[in-house]
Amino acid sequence: MVETESGTRFEQLMLPHLDAAYSLARYLVRDVHDAEDLVQDAYLRALRYFDSFRGGDERAWLLTIVRRTCYSWLKRRRDRPSLTEFDEAEHGVELGKDPEAQAVDGALRDRLSRAVEALPIEFREVVVLRDVQDLSYKEIASVLGIPLGTVMSRLARARRRLQTMLPVEDLGRT
Amino acid sequence: MVQCEGFDIQLSAYVDGELEGLAVAGVEAHLKECPACAARVGRERQLQAALRTHLSPEQAPEELHRRVRESLHEAMARATPPAPGRAPRVAQWVALAATIVVAVLGGREWAMWSVSHRMAPLESQVLAAHVRSLQLSHLTDVATSDHHTVKPWFAGKLDYSPPVPELDSLGFRLIGGRLDYVLDRPTAAIVYARRQHVINLFLWPSGDSTAALKVESNRGYQSAHGAAGGMTYWAISDLNAKELQQFAQLITGDIVSR
Repeated sequence: MVETESGTRFEQLMLPHLDAAYSLARYLVRDVHDAEDLVQDAYLRALRYFDSFRGGDERAWLLTIVRRTCYSWLKRRRDRPSLTEFDEAEHGVELGKDPEAQAVDGALRDRLSRAVEALPIEFREVVVLRDVQDLSYKEIASVLGIPLGTVMSRLARARRRLQTMLPVEDLGRT
Repeated sequence: MVQCEGFDIQLSAYVDGELEGLAVAGVEAHLKECPACAARVGRERQLQAALRTHLSPEQAPEELHRRVRESLHEAMARATPPAPGRAPRVAQWVALAATIVVAVLGGREWAMWSVSHRMAPLESQVLAAHVRSLQLSHLTDVATSDHHTVKPWFAGKLDYSPPVPELDSLGFRLIGGRLDYVLDRPTAAIVYARRQHVINLFLWPSGDSTAALKVESNRGYQSAHGAAGGMTYWAISDLNAKELQQFAQLITGDIVSR
């Protein structure tokens, strides 16, 4: 097995973020098998572009690539990634039931994750990056390639949606 | 009447501690005189606390860790030239040597060379055949999703007639068939796809012997093989082990029921 210094450095920097990469992919594509395949693809892609990594936050850099990999896959698959309503009905939760209504059933943990999964993708990803992955607004802006102000307003709107799905009495009972 | 407009969006960021000094002062002044917004901040904190407590990043499966490491090693072994301008070190010389091997042998032989050490001959031949089928744009000799076309195509090319199970409705799409060579014998390769993953299914007669289904992983590829109903089958793909096993079970089920 041949490894160079750069390859070893890549592994040291990037492999510790595999769980974060997997979480993001899983929330974006909402399927564990697809998420696993995409994480593997993303790592190979990241290795190819490692020369362009100029230091800084390696997790944000890796997550940027994971997200792009997931987006191009979603696009290839449906060729219409922005039609989230259709997407919700197909994948969010069981068919035949309103996803937001379903989100209030079950244990709090399940309800929270179902509620996040039921969000349209542009809201889902900000919540996952902030509240699951604990990235700063600045890091989120760099992963998504959008201005800081947009991160702020998207998060605010995403959380408002979550609050309508998850009544406050529920959240108190943790 | 208190003016809430504009604070709307800032409250979330305020709870996150992401507002700048001046804006923080503005929000705090507003919260003192607006019970509605103060209540919203309370709910916002509760929501964020619940999300953070319950939705920590989940652990990726152990198999994924292994797969990613293996495919990275594979990619590095193949593609990394030595870094210029540095003192050569052993690893770099090995990389250079590997590059020369690739240059001299070419992609196809390199694929076979790189998989042939450390593995049993049959396993390495099947893997090499799989890699070759993907590299040389020679995945199929007969490209069709109709199993009634694939099966007769093999007649006259092999001294046996391989079964061509139809698994389309189960998510394994038939792509076609190919005549390949395994252990120096002409062998049927049936090609399926699962999402973007290609599965090569090699089949040859096993006589009366049977062997239980076995799933193995090597260098980022998974193989599932065994013998049933007079056929030895060997499925290989970069698909995950679980789904490939499911595929192999469907194949055995189909062969045995014939």
